[in-house]
Amino acid sequence: MSGPALFQVNGVSRRFRLPRTSFRHAPATLTAVDRVTFELHEGESLGVVGESGSGKTTLMRLLLGLERPDEGTVEYRGASLRREVQAVFQDPVSALDPRMRVADIILEPVRVLHLPGDREKTLRELLEAVGLPQGSARRYPHEFSGGQRQRVAIARALAPRPRVLLADEPVSALDVSVRAQILNLLQDLREGYQLTLVLVSHDLSVVRQMCDRVLVMYRGQVVEAAETRALFRAPRHHYTRTLLDSVPTLRKRRAAST
Amino acid sequence: MREPALEVRDLRVRVGTLEAVHGVSFTLERGLRTGLIGESGSGKTLTALAVMGLLPDGLGASGSVLHEGRDLLQMAEIELCRLRGDRLAMVFQEPMTALNPVMRVGDQVAEPLRIHRGAGRGAAGRQAVQLLERVQIPDAAEKTRAYPHQLSGGQRQRAMIAMAMACSPDLLIADEPTTALDVTVQAQILGLINRLVEEEGATLLLITHDLPVVAQVCEQVMVMYGGYIVEEGPAAEVFDGPRHPYTRGLVDAIPPLDQDLPERRLRAIPGNVPALGEFPEGCPFRNRCPRADWRCQVMPALAGEQHKVACWHPVA
Repeated sequence: MSGPALFQVNGVSRRFRLPRTSFRHAPATLTAVDRVTFELHEGESLGVVGESGSGKTTLMRLLLGLERPDEGTVEYRGASLRREVQAVFQDPVSALDPRMRVADIILEPVRVLHLPGDREKTLRELLEAVGLPQGSARRYPHEFSGGQRQRVAIARALAPRPRVLLADEPVSALDVSVRAQILNLLQDLREGYQLTLVLVSHDLSVVRQMCDRVLVMYRGQVVEAAETRALFRAPRHHYTRTLLDSVPTLRKRRAAST
Repeated sequence: MREPALEVRDLRVRVGTLEAVHGVSFTLERGLRTGLIGESGSGKTLTALAVMGLLPDGLGASGSVLHEGRDLLQMAEIELCRLRGDRLAMVFQEPMTALNPVMRVGDQVAEPLRIHRGAGRGAAGRQAVQLLERVQIPDAAEKTRAYPHQLSGGQRQRAMIAMAMACSPDLLIADEPTTALDVTVQAQILGLINRLVEEEGATLLLITHDLPVVAQVCEQVMVMYGGYIVEEGPAAEVFDGPRHPYTRGLVDAIPPLDQDLPERRLRAIPGNVPALGEFPEGCPFRNRCPRADWRCQVMPALAGEQHKVACWHPVA
């Protein structure tokens, strides 16, 4: 069901030096990503789950080339990482320049990367694809709700016709009643644009809904990598089990918690 | 019906010229755990702040909030101060901003005992250690001397809970107490709140946007949207058979974690949550509701026996 490897990640580590807390001792280092190895295949949808500080976002930044690995390699097998790998972030408020009109925001990657094509037409198609009215183009980000701003951010990510979309907590900052819309939209776009999706989330139910395969991260390491169905049916690592047991559901009632 | 711990009647909260909470009435029965569910703009936090007399300047509340026969809204600030931290306690979402950054944790946890119980420095200090032990903070004696930034997020929230429970309050209001925490820590904190509330026989009002959290902790649930309570009832009934189209939509929109095969598409609620002042007249949900018609231009009353709903066309 999935094609050749688009990303080949080999034993990658990324360390950060922590702020110095004492004159006598050397500053401590934090290994945010610790010897991580995996492949991302064309057409698949890969979930990355873990708690805060587990290294999910650093791993995303390594894939985007925003961080350099201290150890190991991140290899993109496509033609152009800059054009073909795009990202959507958690907070659509800080991700959009408040002084730019939506049309300029969405077309910025096309402009920066000097991509050919009819920009007016591209813009119309993208607004349509993410379910925004055509009139949105002339408006500014503050005129939109959180869910609509996330649609703008998704349209911008799609503008250079990427092969890989990295979504880092794309619905965590949104109202509950709007989340399902954005998840459905990502699912539709994945099919419509034949995207390879990497979805980072602390929310296991979101990953289960969206992804074929899951990496579970804990303290920088991938402690379990499995097909989604297998992972949720029979988690092997005890951390994965703890994580699964911790998630409240509508059916798991009070008896379970007391 | 048990004795009420808190009776709220026709509570309205104004933000400038806009009304954000439109005459909300509810009763918290003593010893019960009630969840108040709502999204941004639903008025859930304003309701809680109004109950505690903690509304920021410029916001006004009217109606009545009865606690042991006295109306908290009519009470002088000095009297409210005697109740808050003693009979009424509150836990906030972000413990880093709720705790005083330049005061040792032990002193903060012991503060309610010093103020309300007249405890001396030494006695309060010893009790602070016990309180931190009770919320399962490791090395409690040592942690009383720490400052908030030296604790982890989960430990800070535990310290907040220890402080709230110090004087064994009748009513604990917890506003999104676990939203900023990781799921494994969230499970521990919810378990802790559950246990303490049970041990003390306290009444809990748990405010959150997260339905599964309420399902796990509460016996009763109220759902707010656009400044109204739109549905209310026993948690099991509301989650198994939601009657308001908004509640139904919320329940359907959560990706199920405990069902076998998730469908690839979720049933989403259309539209967005309007900003304050931009909700439609009448039922605030009618511009997003599949069942809305001309009748919905007037807001229906919250009606029913145990399980109440405010809708002209409730889901069967």
